[in-house]
Amino acid sequence: MLKIRVIPTLLWKDFGLVKGVSFDSWRRVGPVLPAIRVYNSRDVDELILVDIAASLEGNPPDHDSVSDFSEECAVPFTVGGGITNLEQIVALLHAGADKVAINTTAYSNPNLIETAANRFGAQCVVVSIDAKRYADGRYSCYSHAATIDTAKMPVEWAKEMAARGAGEILLTSIDRDGTMLGYDLELVEQVANAVDIPVIASGGAGSYDHMIEVVKNAGASAVAAASIFHFTEQTPTGAKNAMQAAGIPVRRNFVSSAAK
Amino acid sequence: MKIAIVNYGMGNLGSVRRAFEDIGAEVCVANHPAAIYDANRIVLPGVGAFTEGMKCLANAGWAPALHEVVIQQGKPLLGICLGMQMLATTGHEGGETKGLGFIPGRVQRLDVIGCKLRIPHVGWNDVNYLKDDVLFDGIPDHSDFYFVHSYAFVPENQEHLIANTSYDCDVAATIRNGNVFGCQFHPEKSSKAGRLLLKNFMDYVPC
Repeated sequence: MLKIRVIPTLLWKDFGLVKGVSFDSWRRVGPVLPAIRVYNSRDVDELILVDIAASLEGNPPDHDSVSDFSEECAVPFTVGGGITNLEQIVALLHAGADKVAINTTAYSNPNLIETAANRFGAQCVVVSIDAKRYADGRYSCYSHAATIDTAKMPVEWAKEMAARGAGEILLTSIDRDGTMLGYDLELVEQVANAVDIPVIASGGAGSYDHMIEVVKNAGASAVAAASIFHFTEQTPTGAKNAMQAAGIPVRRNFVSSAAK
Repeated sequence: MKIAIVNYGMGNLGSVRRAFEDIGAEVCVANHPAAIYDANRIVLPGVGAFTEGMKCLANAGWAPALHEVVIQQGKPLLGICLGMQMLATTGHEGGETKGLGFIPGRVQRLDVIGCKLRIPHVGWNDVNYLKDDVLFDGIPDHSDFYFVHSYAFVPENQEHLIANTSYDCDVAATIRNGNVFGCQFHPEKSSKAGRLLLKNFMDYVPC
């Protein structure tokens, strides 16, 4: 049976990891490499690394750094931030990324999703959607690290991205990001119901119960989280234990049967 | 023990190289077919589309070189994900494309073979053994491996099927025809279980 994944999200800016609240008020949380090393040694299901400054500042992906980071990562490694063309994706895959996450460029050049999916396969292309809820309850997608309102509705945009060949949607609630108040269940449910590709819920996890409810009640295929792992005692393993106790299939850490 | 990674322009080359280096193998990234002749083991990695993959293999003359080294000389080959799928006779992705034909079978989209769940099949899923194999030495039955694919290998001959995974329907997880092995999952991204499998592949001595 396919397992529900618990994915630590690493937000990378300049020389270290940061974490903000609603894509603002960034706090430094430490260097990147040791964090990847620790998550890898604890055998997490997957890691997502996003260079949050790249699109804002117009920088291309830093594949040299990605190469160093991936050296420490024996689990699936998704890299995002600043990707604008196919050559950069090739370079990232060669540097050790397994999947790429594309956000801002998907709005200005949705063809990139198609050409990337045709070339590298849908499974390699994660479309990242940052959504904000208006006072009237409608949602809108934002680009450039949540600074520009694209006026696209997440449901419609997710459908279009899936039709163009996206393999997964990384769906982040801008309002919930960093608040640890829980995922935006309505947002996740709307998008997960609208597409047939897996949806990774992101933004707002503050407890294991939040993860359980977004899987059980909103249909998430995976849960991504940052603050909860950076700023509390809670861990990906703890999350999986709690999820398992709640009847959600999770991956158990590997124990060899060999007497070697 | 030297392993050549076939670099045909597609695939998560970096991850595959890292994984083999990790287990102590001497790794050579083969950018040209000539580079696979002096290796002891060959790995055909892959993420991507069948048609595109076969096109890349055909363009650079990989297919005849692989045939010579793997089929005639009998060097062990491990195909991963798309690399496994390209071992098939035919792929059915936007029309029919001829594969390498190392293991008889066809590659079809998951929904065509009966899967009604979300596609692609992404994440950790348990691998269930249908028979004992050297590839799984020291790895308990039902261990989780990382999958990410939309198409599946349907072997013509059940004998070639080593292990399945279940995603609404049975999906070939590992296949083998003599010295030719294929994994639908990504051992290079399957943490400790994956490292052990790669080590088993390196340690395997063909009769």
